[in-house]
Amino acid sequence: MSANGSEYPIKLGNLQKAFGHQRVLNGLSLRVRRGETVAVLGRSGGGKSVLLKLIIGLQTPDAGSIQVADQEITDLREGQLNEIRKKIGFLFQQAALYDSLSVEDNVAFPLSRHTKISTGERNKRVRELLAEVGMDRDVRKMPSELSGGMQKRVGLARALALDPEILLFDEPTAGLDPITAAEIGDLIIELKRKRKMSAIVVTHDVQGARAYSDRMVLLHEGNIVAEGRFEELQDSRDEFVAQFFRYSSR
Amino acid sequence: MIHLPIIVFAATSSAAIIGGHLRDKVPIIRNVFVGFFEWFGELGLFCGRLLRAAITPPYEFGELLRQCDAIGSKSLPLVALAGAATGVVLSLQTRDSLIRFGAKAFLPAVIVFSIVKESGPIITGLIVSGRVGAGIGAELGSMKVTEQIDAMEASAVDPYRFLVATRVLACTLMLPVLTVASNFFGILTGWLANTLAEPISLRLFLEDGFKNMAFSDYIPPIVKPTVFGLTIGIVSCFQGIRTRGGTEGVGRSATSSVVLSSLFVILADVILVRLILTVWG
Repeated sequence: MSANGSEYPIKLGNLQKAFGHQRVLNGLSLRVRRGETVAVLGRSGGGKSVLLKLIIGLQTPDAGSIQVADQEITDLREGQLNEIRKKIGFLFQQAALYDSLSVEDNVAFPLSRHTKISTGERNKRVRELLAEVGMDRDVRKMPSELSGGMQKRVGLARALALDPEILLFDEPTAGLDPITAAEIGDLIIELKRKRKMSAIVVTHDVQGARAYSDRMVLLHEGNIVAEGRFEELQDSRDEFVAQFFRYSSR
Repeated sequence: MIHLPIIVFAATSSAAIIGGHLRDKVPIIRNVFVGFFEWFGELGLFCGRLLRAAITPPYEFGELLRQCDAIGSKSLPLVALAGAATGVVLSLQTRDSLIRFGAKAFLPAVIVFSIVKESGPIITGLIVSGRVGAGIGAELGSMKVTEQIDAMEASAVDPYRFLVATRVLACTLMLPVLTVASNFFGILTGWLANTLAEPISLRLFLEDGFKNMAFSDYIPPIVKPTVFGLTIGIVSCFQGIRTRGGTEGVGRSATSSVVLSSLFVILADVILVRLILTVWG
């Protein structure tokens, strides 16, 4: 695979991670192209969320290399790592909104800490971001007053606040009804079209991933066992891959 | 973790009493010891990270002010009430004892000395341990299990700077202020209870109470609450931020924050009394 630095904002090489005796990543390697959306599928507890937390530096790998925006992050100090984190947006599984802050304050939080824009400009930017995810009418609400889908939308607006080059989604449609899940999927497609960011989406929603991803990778026993487009993987002769797609289409 | 020394002692002695099966108990005792030292080791690392976050810029003044309000002004009614109750009880109890020994004239001095040097700081410390310790433990614990702390770190904001340092500093700054308030209400109600039994003007009561106070007598009400505040802040933030295991874990953190904060406040009081007596006489 030929690669120059700018072509691949995310490069993972021979990544290994274990918790006690449980090995969750076992020599995983993955590259994500600029503007590409990769869906990471696999069984629960298979290390998919750990993979995202390694990329953003919330956890450290036991071995292997993680390059984000052309920089190896495994040996960075906290301050340097924070500079990389500003280039990454992260949507957590339960949205992880700060429950003591209102919707608009949640979205304003990264802006107020990392930019020097005036309060007026910041408020305008917050409204724009919330409008982008369809939440501009609920700016004063508290997270506890929002449904799961609405929380995910606000979480997405917060993740987009610093105009990141990379977006990481941890199960963006988990726990949502099919209509809301489809709306979140449409939002990802819309963002992809508008912002041309690189994204990794960890999900169990195969049909959703089929719609918004450029490539799917399937994790099993800590490594990628298959990758490609939905149609390619569906016809795989590998027993685990075939079984995974058979059950997911039920 | 709270009762580790007791558990260690109980485990060791019960193993010895049961006898004959000591070899079977070795892994349990070893685990308890490991847990005990692990807790202190983690606390040391936590304090190191907290210190770095507290002394290096950027400083979170807005959040510090918010925490000072949450910890200080919102604890004031409870602290004032506790201080006032202490003043009344101290006045009623001491009056009776002093009359028996023919030393009734010392009542204002005894009340002022007791409140300013000991009961004011310790009661304020224990009240704040309960109210603020539980609040911080539960809040940070809940943020931890719902990934809000991870989200903050992912947003390139150091949670130690934004959440921990501000709370610890607010506790350290507010405890002396709350102690002054507690002392004020304690002395006031002490005078009230006294004057109901035997009228005495407030001015005379205060003059009698404070005339023998030396500079060294003002050290405990400054040093003790500051150390208590620091202790409460560190212990409850530490218990909160290391929460594991969902809502049950949050409950455990809130409880252990209160119990451990109170325990360490009492321990600090014992050490400080000895230290202050040694240094300032």
